[in-house]
Amino acid sequence: MRDVAIVGVGMQKWGELWEKSFRDLFVEAALNAISDTKVPKIDHMYIGCMTGGLFVGQEHVGSIMADYLGQKHLAATRVESACASGGAALRCGFIEVASGMSDIVLVGGVEKMTDVSGDGATYALATAADQEYEVFHGATFPGLYALMARAYMERYGATRDQLSAVAVKNHDNGLNNPNAQYQMKLTVQQVNESVMVADPLRILDCSPITDGAAALILCPLSRAKEFSDKPPIKIIGCGMATDSIALHDRRDLTSLDAVRISAEQALKMAGKKIGDINVTEVHDCFTIAEIIVSEALGMFPAGKGALACVNGETRVEGKFPINASGGLKSKGHPVGATGVAQAIEIVHQLRGEAGKRQVKNAKIGMTQNMGGSGGSSVVHIMEVA
Amino acid sequence: MFPARVAREMPHRYRLEAAKCKKCGAVFFPHRLICRECGHREFDTINVSAIGKLISYTVIHTPASQFKDESPFALGICEFLEGVKITAQVVDIAAADIKTGMDLQIEFRRVQTDGHAGVIGYGYKFVPLI
Repeated sequence: MRDVAIVGVGMQKWGELWEKSFRDLFVEAALNAISDTKVPKIDHMYIGCMTGGLFVGQEHVGSIMADYLGQKHLAATRVESACASGGAALRCGFIEVASGMSDIVLVGGVEKMTDVSGDGATYALATAADQEYEVFHGATFPGLYALMARAYMERYGATRDQLSAVAVKNHDNGLNNPNAQYQMKLTVQQVNESVMVADPLRILDCSPITDGAAALILCPLSRAKEFSDKPPIKIIGCGMATDSIALHDRRDLTSLDAVRISAEQALKMAGKKIGDINVTEVHDCFTIAEIIVSEALGMFPAGKGALACVNGETRVEGKFPINASGGLKSKGHPVGATGVAQAIEIVHQLRGEAGKRQVKNAKIGMTQNMGGSGGSSVVHIMEVA
Repeated sequence: MFPARVAREMPHRYRLEAAKCKKCGAVFFPHRLICRECGHREFDTINVSAIGKLISYTVIHTPASQFKDESPFALGICEFLEGVKITAQVVDIAAADIKTGMDLQIEFRRVQTDGHAGVIGYGYKFVPLI
């Protein structure tokens, strides 16, 4: 396998972008990524997109995006693993370059979620759960994570305030990210008193509905200097694992085995231990998700993740900085784009260009992108080459 | 809902049929073609027992559109003697009285409808013991 580097990144400010179409969102991010490099052309493109079909009625994403990106006849395809689509697309791009099949690969992600109503978005997102044995009975995504949250709180004695601390911390970080959808400070009390969505989860426990795209450029590390004067960011670990799509079929409601296994794979490949990681972006689609993921990654023992956040261990200046970007919670969660945007944040952190949210001396970073209620997980580890 | 989609789930939704691996004894609901635990491909059909233990629950306030009339409603996961876990609504009990660890009975109920002239989706819900 060849060494693979990220040499360019691009996105836009995320939000309810009513004036921007599905195709324009993607092309804008892709052009920003291309402009961050000196690449003369692209050899292949992978696009993470969960459900263009349900959100805007558009499938065949590879064709439309290659055309509108001005890349006539470019080999391009869409990659889908629910909310882990972006991470899965990055894995495809990594394999494409590592194998020697292509030299310059654009990995993107896009989701246009606000063209449908709240009901429409609830329906579209629920397709990432078991249609016949969860959704048929009324399960929603907040509902599934609420089942995990209650089980976690009852088993480990975690409190309402501890869940809220995750949202508060991520919004504090998002204040320093100009691309974040919700740059607003939250208090524990505001989260505690926000509208109930699925008991015990409230609206401010949930990541938002977002329009957005993200893109990055991969090339062989040996050619990185040709395409960028910035420090190349080498992908040193890549792991992916699945678990049962239905939450009830898991070994345990308070663990995420796919996350644990994908992280173990990536760490083994990188030759690193979790303590070597300086900065991490995790899939905080709900506050409880960040807590359980931080435990599954090996940062904290089972049942200690909630307290670790309250104690500041996951803040930018803490031992394991998590979601310096603001995470899905504050930055937004355009599902197909999220996994790619997580990698972009790590690139900014490792290049030392993350501004006020910069983690000091960040040399090694990790991303964890999750599909469904934990049915898929993709982990990448990167370091400054 | 396409009628065939409803019909093919009837053995599980109407009769709680589960598949027990002939080699390792693992039980799956609904049935599978290959055992997740040992890879064996032959199963006996068994029925899930009627009473399960609630291992977690939520009360959903923002449901999908077909459940709007019932909102807010409780949804839970019960674990059954055979080792299977099932997700369904918890009904005929006030949300405040639902407690993790309680025994609930599984009952045949109407779960959702497809509009005025559409297919009625029958299945199961959890109810308190009589």
